[in-house]
Amino acid sequence: MSTISFAKAINMALHQAMETDPTVICYGLGADDPKGIFGTTLGLPGAFGPERVFDMPTSENAMTGIGIGAALNGLRPVMTHQRLDFALLSMDQLVNNASKWRFMFGGKRGVPLTVRMIIGRGWGQGPTHSQNLQSMFAQVPGLKVVMPSTAEDAKGLLLASIFDNDPVIFLEHRWLHNLKTNALNDDKTIRLGEARTLREGDAATIVSMSYMTIEALHAVDFLKNHGVKCDLIDLRTVRPIDWDSIEKSVKKTGKLLVLDTASLTGSLSGEIVAKVTKDCWTDLQAPPERLAMPDFPEATSPALTENYHVRAEHIVARVSEMVKLEIDTTPLAKSRTHPHDVPGDWFSGPF
Amino acid sequence: MSIDTQLELLRRIKRIRHVEEEIARRYPEGKMRCPTHLSIGQEGVAAAVGLALSKDDLAVSGHRAHAHYLGKGGSLQAMLAEIYGKATGCCSGKGGSMHLIDEDVGFMGSTAIVAGTVPVGVGLAYGIKLKKHKQVSCVFHGDAVVEAGVFFESVNFAVLKNLPVLFVCENNLYSVYSPLSVRQPPGRSIADMVKGLGISSQSSDGNDASSVYQITLDAIGKIRAGQGPQFLEFSTYRWREHCGPFYDNDIGYRTEEEFNDWKAKDPLTRLRSTLEENGALNSSLENKIDKEIHLEVEAAFQFAEDSDFPEASEAYTDLYAPAITDGASA
Ligand SMILES: Cc1ncc(C[n+]2csc(CCOP(=O)(O)OP(=O)(O)O)c2C)c(N)n1
Repeated sequence: MSTISFAKAINMALHQAMETDPTVICYGLGADDPKGIFGTTLGLPGAFGPERVFDMPTSENAMTGIGIGAALNGLRPVMTHQRLDFALLSMDQLVNNASKWRFMFGGKRGVPLTVRMIIGRGWGQGPTHSQNLQSMFAQVPGLKVVMPSTAEDAKGLLLASIFDNDPVIFLEHRWLHNLKTNALNDDKTIRLGEARTLREGDAATIVSMSYMTIEALHAVDFLKNHGVKCDLIDLRTVRPIDWDSIEKSVKKTGKLLVLDTASLTGSLSGEIVAKVTKDCWTDLQAPPERLAMPDFPEATSPALTENYHVRAEHIVARVSEMVKLEIDTTPLAKSRTHPHDVPGDWFSGPF
Repeated sequence: MSIDTQLELLRRIKRIRHVEEEIARRYPEGKMRCPTHLSIGQEGVAAAVGLALSKDDLAVSGHRAHAHYLGKGGSLQAMLAEIYGKATGCCSGKGGSMHLIDEDVGFMGSTAIVAGTVPVGVGLAYGIKLKKHKQVSCVFHGDAVVEAGVFFESVNFAVLKNLPVLFVCENNLYSVYSPLSVRQPPGRSIADMVKGLGISSQSSDGNDASSVYQITLDAIGKIRAGQGPQFLEFSTYRWREHCGPFYDNDIGYRTEEEFNDWKAKDPLTRLRSTLEENGALNSSLENKIDKEIHLEVEAAFQFAEDSDFPEASEAYTDLYAPAITDGASA
């Protein structure tokens, strides 16, 4: 069976979108350079020409507003930032214009803009190249926020985002780019706001997003070998959130653990716990739990990131507390052979 | 310009070059685990501007800051330890290569977001002005920075308030793999464009370190005389990849010819030849300089390698001033 990487899936989605719709344009720093934004935009310049695929000045704020204007005038721009952190320069355009346009002009027109942002981690990406700020974007009414975990979803969700008629923040985790999925269902778009249940069980509900889903998969499979079967719900879209799937599962399991890639305070995990606590109060058999990053920026030194991120063994430990079973996590931790600050042996820095 | 000054300039360029070459040589060992941007080929500017500034003057920079940090007098040991992620690093291991600071010598910080420190440098200058100090605030930046809105907003304010700021633009033609041609219209002079904001502005050869020194000294003189902010654009070239230790001409974003043309304009070779022609430099003097640098750099790497990593708990310190604690808990 042929396999395909997450980065390649993004690339395929872009090709497909640009092929089917001549109004789709694709730009960002390095969009047409030899590396093609971690391989995701390779081949596009040759196939669609410099008017539809182009590099841009280091002018994130202006270029976002320009994307908004182009979108209002019939184009479907896909803008890419090699790090989410660079997109912070464009918050004014995203929050004051893109997200408000349809609403404040009484529905006259919306902004079909997709902004891809890549979240960094490891190899000293440090405080300003590894921020997970999805809750900040998700807090803004009018923005949709997508966080795929698998190659298949990346493709389907990017297509859905591009052809969505409202602004979508599409967050790609750098550690997912090289992960491979088995096959790709070719022309599938995936509806925004629909979660995917990746594993089923009745011991506990684990809700996850983006790269955390990969750690969760390791954890859930390990737990299963110890007789603890969990539901694993990959959110895929964090605004809007698929409450139905979460609720249905919690009603079955009575236990909830939310995994968030961002720091804890003010995170989406808090939002999920709040809503589940209210809506499933009588179904809950234990207090809802969450695992997220500490309320600190990520330091650069590898010595300071060793225990900073949530990993599979932490998930197993937390679930085993919730189900009151003692499970030794050392074999799980030991099964990882590469250093903690890289996604695999293939990664040797710097980005 | 005295021979002694020129020799000092040579020594500084050589020192920066040697440090950067040594980082490049050792980077593949995988012990420096952070993105690292080298200035090999464009050290002339940092060395000359650093020499022209005094220790009291302030400076800020961006992602490619090693040379500026060293030029301003920052501690080599603390810089290398920082790149190695050690507790003895200038940011205690929290910053890494892209975030360097040494307030003892007026190096007020460098950050990784393009143009992020430009307004900060202007704000430092506002402080200088209000405190009626004679210092200059130097903003080191690359050609891509003049594409950022915050650059224009900051220069405007500096001009409006007649602030003691020196903008030093190292125009090395590229922003990562993007040549100027995809970012700015053909035929534009950055210095001329910036002049339109009402700032005194000029451009010149950044690989002629002696002239960079002289031009910078003049600009600093004008700032100290109260003539307001100055913008200097120096054309130069980076030899190695944007980020990382290797050469990358093979990937096709720039030509081998262009690279070789610029390599022939090496600021180090150029200054060395001038000094040799003047009889100010012979091989025994050069050997002595090289040996000193070699020993210093060797010792600094040893220091970085021997230093301890920070305690894991240090990941959760320094968020706020000591008296305030973080109220968050799971
Ligand atoms: C706001 C922002 N956008 C994009 C980047 C990614 N980036 C890092 S360095 C760089 C190139 C900057 O070029 P220049 O200012 O000319 O400096 P040089 O690297 O050539 O020294 C870019 C685009 C960033 N760090 N910050």
